[in-house]
Amino acid sequence: MLSKPDKPDGTRERKYVLTRRLDRLFLELHRVFAFNIRFFKELVVPPFEFKEFIKQCFEAGVKSLPLISLTGFIIGIVFTNQSRPSLAEFGATSWLPALISIAIVRALAPLVTALIAAGRVGSSIGAELGSMRVTEQIDAMEVSATNPFNFLVVTRVLATTLMIPTLAMYTTLIALLGGYVNVSQMEQTSFATYFSQVFGAITFLDVFSAIIKSFVFGFTIGMVGCYKGYHSSKGTEGVGKAANSSVVTAMFLIFIEELIALQIINAIRAT
Amino acid sequence: MKKEYSRIDKEKKVISIRGLKKSFDEFEVLRGVDLDLFQGENLVVLGRSGTGKSVLIKIISGLLQADEGDVMVLGSDINRLTPKELDALRLKIGFSFQNSALYDSMTVRENLEFPLERHAKELTKNDRNRIIELVLDAVGLSQSINQMPSELSGGQRKRIGIARTLILKPAIMLYDEPTAGLDPITSIEINKLINDVQRRFNTSSIIITHDLTCARATGDRIVMLLDGKFKRQGTFEEVFNSEDERVRAFYNYNFID
Repeated sequence: MLSKPDKPDGTRERKYVLTRRLDRLFLELHRVFAFNIRFFKELVVPPFEFKEFIKQCFEAGVKSLPLISLTGFIIGIVFTNQSRPSLAEFGATSWLPALISIAIVRALAPLVTALIAAGRVGSSIGAELGSMRVTEQIDAMEVSATNPFNFLVVTRVLATTLMIPTLAMYTTLIALLGGYVNVSQMEQTSFATYFSQVFGAITFLDVFSAIIKSFVFGFTIGMVGCYKGYHSSKGTEGVGKAANSSVVTAMFLIFIEELIALQIINAIRAT
Repeated sequence: MKKEYSRIDKEKKVISIRGLKKSFDEFEVLRGVDLDLFQGENLVVLGRSGTGKSVLIKIISGLLQADEGDVMVLGSDINRLTPKELDALRLKIGFSFQNSALYDSMTVRENLEFPLERHAKELTKNDRNRIIELVLDAVGLSQSINQMPSELSGGQRKRIGIARTLILKPAIMLYDEPTAGLDPITSIEINKLINDVQRRFNTSSIIITHDLTCARATGDRIVMLLDGKFKRQGTFEEVFNSEDERVRAFYNYNFID
């Protein structure tokens, strides 16, 4: 690191600030990388905190159900309703179930589930761990010879990684059901016909890629929440920052991952 | 309140520190600390806020690493231990945090069960319950077993925090500001508890404080941290029988102002 400039020379001052920012950026990247590596190392090192893992699955999965159900159902209805006029112009409203199914399975359900989970679960993990850091609960665990990383981080990241795909599949079904409610009102389509068109339009790759994507989203949400909370700075302000930046960073990364996944899936489809 | 006579084995050092130095960025907190803690002794470390008292016990428990110096705890050099060896040593050290550091999401029972579930797996559920009742009885809070930490007062939280550290029968107790933020009556109860723990569990303790009532009531020996080094050492009277302005100011603030 450069030493602080001894005279107020503008160029040197800027260079100094820039170098410090770069230093901090690389230091942060190194910490993120080390945190991820540590997760995979600790994952295979006993003891596995099974009780805590189940508790976290309940927190991330079961407790998200009401919000996910409501959101999924409304998305199904709204998306169907908004898509109808465009298809009606071409007299193609019979394609609605296929359109809904492709949009929901491929993109909407995994993305919406991940964004909701980032807000609900990610912020909660960030705030909880941040508060534990600030009130020395993590230190207390460490001095009692319990590995806090294993107990707090591994269980939470694993829980979100497994629960987000499960929730995404559930959201898919609920959103499709919402779509059916709208379709059945306007087109008088039967339940069996609707779902046979829905399932006829999707391929194995659609479902498989959505599940894999959701695993990645789940891992991201857990990892970002844990990282931000675990490295929270001292004080209540730090807890707030950890919760807030858990959501913002996770959402940002989820969109980037969605874009990357889209490119990969398109490349696979093209072959 | 003056402390009663303790059984101290001056032949047996449980902690021995030589030339300990620790800095944070450019700020040198500890500048060559030498310290011995004997078996059965309550040692009080006095000093103003920000003088590195808590840093000292965090280094002893392995939460922070020293920049320089030797830290021997129960015969092991804390700087040279593998993580596994450090964990084994930590089981013999009880750390009572300033804000108790109880796990917020767990009841009192779960807080106490937490270390037992991990480090005393051979115990049956009945054995665990018996030990929990025993330590809760020792801190006088048997009735709080099913309460959440948020339902406890500051003094009760401190007691439960001490109970949690006692549950694995440590040889050394480290108290970080045990009476901070408590009213005088509760502070006296905590001081009594510290002495009780010393007698009943035969522990050696380091008590970090700037509360002179606590220091006088619990300390067999008192050291004063000034400018990153221990400047005064001895009994309460020996330490404060000084012309040093800072030492006098410390005494006056606690007992006169």
